[in-house]
Amino acid sequence: MISIIDYRAGNLTSVRRAFDYLGIPSRVTDKPGEILSSERVVFPGVGAAGAAMQMIRSTGLDEVIQKVIAGGVPFLGICLGAQIILTASEENDTPCLDILPGKVLHFSDRSLKIPHMGWNSITVRRTHPVLAGIDPEAQFYFVHSYYPSCARRDDVIAETGYGISFHSVIGRGNVIAMQFHPEKSGRHGLAILRNFAAWKGGPESC
Amino acid sequence: MLSRRVIICLDVRDGKTTKGVKFKGNVDIGDPVAMAQKYYEQGVDELVFYDITASSDRRDILIDVVRGVAANIFIPFSVGGGIRTLDDMYRVLDAGAEKISINTAAVLSPSLIAEGARIFGSQCIVLGMDVKRTGRNETVPSGYEVWTEGGRTPMHMDALEWAKRGEALGAGEICLNSIDADGTNEGYELAVTSMISSAVSIPVIASGGAGRPEHLRDVFQKADADAALIASMVHYGEYTVGDIKDYLAREGVAVRKYI
Repeated sequence: MISIIDYRAGNLTSVRRAFDYLGIPSRVTDKPGEILSSERVVFPGVGAAGAAMQMIRSTGLDEVIQKVIAGGVPFLGICLGAQIILTASEENDTPCLDILPGKVLHFSDRSLKIPHMGWNSITVRRTHPVLAGIDPEAQFYFVHSYYPSCARRDDVIAETGYGISFHSVIGRGNVIAMQFHPEKSGRHGLAILRNFAAWKGGPESC
Repeated sequence: MLSRRVIICLDVRDGKTTKGVKFKGNVDIGDPVAMAQKYYEQGVDELVFYDITASSDRRDILIDVVRGVAANIFIPFSVGGGIRTLDDMYRVLDAGAEKISINTAAVLSPSLIAEGARIFGSQCIVLGMDVKRTGRNETVPSGYEVWTEGGRTPMHMDALEWAKRGEALGAGEICLNSIDADGTNEGYELAVTSMISSAVSIPVIASGGAGRPEHLRDVFQKADADAALIASMVHYGEYTVGDIKDYLAREGVAVRKYI
């Protein structure tokens, strides 16, 4: 069973619908017991880092996420879920979970439309089982005004260009996180979710 | 590089896709869920469902359409038409839409944009604008006026000012429909698209007037639209999404290839 963490911020059911379509069992939950006993955990996300972190801390979900990750359970962060695992966010000057060292920065190029909204490609820097079989020309759906910036090159799995080149897929060990929405990225996005559902959390192939 | 988006609009009435025909009213042209599936498979980047159901007691039918689309189609889609309250927004988003488009309700009650953005996030809120060329005057310094009620009611509001205000209130995107160009199949209105797109920092979707792939090229290359809305040019089978994107790619427009 895959648990999709419910932190009461926006539409969390789209990830659930994608797993349903793929025939993969999942549930949206905020219960620590259910999350901790799952085979895999997804932290989806839309909204602002400040409000999300506040909600995560006040409900104790921060400790649950730390335990999940420390326990080696495969963890997928989506959009905001790729931001709150870093050290801190420029958005409302928010301290985050510090699972990977790095910052979340605002797109500063004034000539760019903000949010970065629409389909963009990724350039893979490090092969990863969750990205296995993805066509190099595939594009994914992004919508965000802040972007992840890892402190360690080893944590960068893929990059995307929007004015600058930013870290669009990051991870280490049993953690992988992507700034784009695989659940809104057509069949290539669904392939990523299918790969995640088979991933054991290590470097080996699925 | 970020691709320019090609978005298909489906007008939905009583659960059927419909198309306005001059002097004949509306004719049904198909099941919106099946049409959405077809366009998804052709590689469309996004869909918009515009509810033109006249009676409010039949609006639940649209929620069923949204659910049907969300269960089968994994690209973003928005819903517009008749959304007046935060509760309306919640129902549509909860059924699986990515975004909601508000037009008349936003003009009548601008705080709806701010409240919707605060609760659901700016990325969910599309400000729909119907604009008409008037010539410059004191109330309309940009030369374009905002109309509501599907282009039936002039609001004596300046389009450029309203676009900037919508952005400041928290809209994440603007869908700009030119009443003058709409239904002509002779191309988007480039002047107003360019004016609004360069004045705001949020993405602008051009709407109204698309009849041939060249029209999309022009609105991307000459008016810097971030996305282009199309309807009849694909609904009657004249073009597929692939035809349009192949043409745009050849003309040097960055588009998402369907692979």
